[in-house]
Amino acid sequence: MPWLTAHWLKQTTTEKFVEMPFIPHTPAEVAAMLEIIGAPDLDALFDEIPADLIGLPDAALPVALNEMEITRLMHDRAVQDGRWLNFIGAGGYEHHIPAAVWQIVTRGEYYSAYTPYQAEASQGSLQLIYEYQTMMASLTGLDVSNASMYDGASALAEAVLMAVRAHKLSTRVLIPKTVSPIYRATVKTIVAYQGIEVVELPYDPVTGTTPVPQNEDVFAALVIPQPNFFGQLEDVDGLTDWAHARGAKVIALVNPMTLGVLKPPGQWGMRDVSGVQGGADIATGEGQPLGAPLSSGGPWYGFLTCRTVLVRQMPGRLVGRTRDADGHAGYTLTLQAREQHIRRAKATSNICSNQGLVIAASTVFMSLLGPEGLRRVASACHANTRALTTALTALPGVRRLFSGNSFHESVVQLDRPVAQVLQGLMQAGILGGYDLSQDYPELGHALLLCATETKTVADLTRYTEQLAGILSVGQTA
Amino acid sequence: MKLIFEHSVAGRRAVAQMPRRLDSLDDLPEHLLRRDEPLLPQASELDVVRHYTQLSQRNFSIDTHFYPLGSCTMKYNPRACNSLAMLPGFLDRHPFAPAVTGQGYLTSLYELQQILIEVTGMAAVSLAPMAGAQGEFAGVAMIRAWHDSRGDTARTEIIVPDAAHGTNPATAAMCGYTVREIPTDAQGNVDLDALKKVVGPQTAGLMLTNPSTLGVFEQQIQAIASIVHHAGGLLYYDGANLNAILGWVKPGDMGFDVIHINLHKTFATPHGGGGPGSGPVAVSERLVPFLPLPRVGGESGHYRMLDERDCPRSIGRLSGNHGNGGVLLRAYIYARMLGGEGLRRVARYATLNANYLMARLQQTGFDLAFPKRRASHEFIITLKRLKDQTGISAMDFAKRLLDYGFHAPTTYFPMLVPECLLIEPTETESKATLDAFVDAMIAIAQEAQAQPELVKTAPHTLPVRRLDDVRAAREPDLVWSVGRECAVR
Repeated sequence: MPWLTAHWLKQTTTEKFVEMPFIPHTPAEVAAMLEIIGAPDLDALFDEIPADLIGLPDAALPVALNEMEITRLMHDRAVQDGRWLNFIGAGGYEHHIPAAVWQIVTRGEYYSAYTPYQAEASQGSLQLIYEYQTMMASLTGLDVSNASMYDGASALAEAVLMAVRAHKLSTRVLIPKTVSPIYRATVKTIVAYQGIEVVELPYDPVTGTTPVPQNEDVFAALVIPQPNFFGQLEDVDGLTDWAHARGAKVIALVNPMTLGVLKPPGQWGMRDVSGVQGGADIATGEGQPLGAPLSSGGPWYGFLTCRTVLVRQMPGRLVGRTRDADGHAGYTLTLQAREQHIRRAKATSNICSNQGLVIAASTVFMSLLGPEGLRRVASACHANTRALTTALTALPGVRRLFSGNSFHESVVQLDRPVAQVLQGLMQAGILGGYDLSQDYPELGHALLLCATETKTVADLTRYTEQLAGILSVGQTA
Repeated sequence: MKLIFEHSVAGRRAVAQMPRRLDSLDDLPEHLLRRDEPLLPQASELDVVRHYTQLSQRNFSIDTHFYPLGSCTMKYNPRACNSLAMLPGFLDRHPFAPAVTGQGYLTSLYELQQILIEVTGMAAVSLAPMAGAQGEFAGVAMIRAWHDSRGDTARTEIIVPDAAHGTNPATAAMCGYTVREIPTDAQGNVDLDALKKVVGPQTAGLMLTNPSTLGVFEQQIQAIASIVHHAGGLLYYDGANLNAILGWVKPGDMGFDVIHINLHKTFATPHGGGGPGSGPVAVSERLVPFLPLPRVGGESGHYRMLDERDCPRSIGRLSGNHGNGGVLLRAYIYARMLGGEGLRRVARYATLNANYLMARLQQTGFDLAFPKRRASHEFIITLKRLKDQTGISAMDFAKRLLDYGFHAPTTYFPMLVPECLLIEPTETESKATLDAFVDAMIAIAQEAQAQPELVKTAPHTLPVRRLDDVRAAREPDLVWSVGRECAVR
């Protein structure tokens, strides 16, 4: 085998030559460099480190694999994870991602660039972020957007902190139980040590939505999810006006894919209620539906948009357009006095890295889909979920749980434990949805369904037939 | 260059990329629907591909330029890490899919946990934090949870050296602590006397980067650990500079109780123009119960995510899912391609490159901030003398380097060295590249004397000339709208 011979030759003809993945140095170069430094050997470069801290090579670590070997290993593992017909949503959504999206953003110029602190050498990333900010602000109907947060859940926590800073008088924040349980848990972790009181609002068991509260206490902000975790559409106008009438900020928690067709947060509550200004103050959510693969949950990104008056309370990076020395337009990071590398302990947040590459993907995604594409994807998700829900609720033992309007996701109630049914569906290669009974035991055997635009009529039929088969066992007429 | 919106033509659509038709929404009430159209481009696939390809060409990146950005570890990002992390089996998996459908993914993460435990010398790790700053938050929150669990609630302060990254004090503040800054001595070490004065029963912990952001190894680390521990505080290790000691010195052996690791630095995952990063956090035995969720547990063939039921004393969740999973896969692949020996080689050659570059620059007349010290994986030069002589600032110098085809080193950080450049070559650069960089530095130093205006007005060859940051902040233009003036170039 020729490659084996070559390998063997290399090992024997260059004495003491060790092959070093991703390190280009030859022994002759190392010797020349040490001579310039004036060090006898490489060990001498560590001579300022206390000798008792220097450890021996770690025998517990694996040996190196070359590219061919690691490719084999990772292919085996990826194949092991298999292909499933997926009907789980619950905050992460399977959408078609155009081929161009990740081909463009994994170009080395985007992939291996740093945060654009050297603006003149980063105009590509900076202009892209400016375009992203423009798209997200318009999509949510608000004035400005930052350059992203880590994910939807942590972005909600930052939105809560932002609203409390802006409100100044109260540290109470109202979060409906129709917000994802994991989002609520994340908010609690992140705001835990800043004296913020998170109050959970109950939902109406008939509609699966949040009634306008009777609570008259002073509070800093109300979070309004749309669609909510159950896929139900909240009374966003009524809730927004109620919160504004009490001097509180409104934080909209939205799925950006739905904003091609649903009313954007900036227009919520625009009823003429005695001089109360309409529209959410802050919008946030998970950006994943706009071009990020599911990838077991990351990297995704959180978006954060707001009214101009709140921009100085905003965490994270912002890109602005300015002029260069010749008067031409150019882009740069701006309003950095909010950030940790300038303000240190007084910064709006400790956030530094964001999800730059993922928003690059999102920007290309939104550019390819445009307003019409977004509308079509959102409407196809809605139509597919509605068709699936209709087909499933025609089966004995399945009923729709909530009345009222849902969008893009819905909840059905089964006549037996959801876990058991999902197990049965997996035998047929189907991931049948998200089991709500652990987080919402009061709902009984409740299953959250999502059929995105990626599902065909045949897929919906397959699900329906498999479920019918499972439910027919042990059912008493 | 035009904005994507300026390529937009009403009615143009990339139809192959979208569903064939608009489905009916007539079951939804009118008042919940959108009436206006969002400002998104209406463009063909070629319009979009060409625009974003051309935009990419206005970036410096590791793949195109030497990028010696101190404290950022801009090493080569192996391509296999990207292509293998993007195999369909990994990309298509939903985070709420049962663990049985993700054993390939979870096995990789579990093994990454083991690798990180080994190289840090800690007892356990959580991969949940999505960036260094979130790792810091998790770390300090665990310090607080530890003290709280012992009823020790009088500890209100976190000590941070003045050379620390800005994320350190910002994190301490997010965890409800007051920040006490301590100075650095002339050799770049922590001022031990100052430390002794500020520690006490109010000390919750100390956050330290080692090697420090000054590019030197903190030689008194064992004494520092002893002082802080003696006062009942815990030690936090900011792993931003782990590349300098990877495989040689374990933070656990230095006495640290908790550390975060920037996988987007030391483990070669991409910076992506600002993220996604990944900041796993590792802890000593006593902090294990508090690690953030989820963590990967179980055993071979039956790995699963541990949650609140498994770890009731955890500080909780930091994100909706499990951190930046795709980044974790890239780091895992990188670690496997290097193996134990390769990981250990990283620190050795990163240090060789830094010391070589430092020696060459010193020999050609540049001033080192700490001339009596070895460089770690990075070092600082100060251009104060040049500034005094010629008026050329570190910023001018940095901008001129761009004209020579080199990304600038980190400027004005750490803030306590005047007119500084923090230079980190990393182990993946060749001697030839370092020599070419030195040539450029010499050439610019000569220009600073002979043609100072040329340097002061740099860059001259990039897509834009020097940008007006003051205008950007004074008249914020953060979004484009229809009818706004177009970009000129």
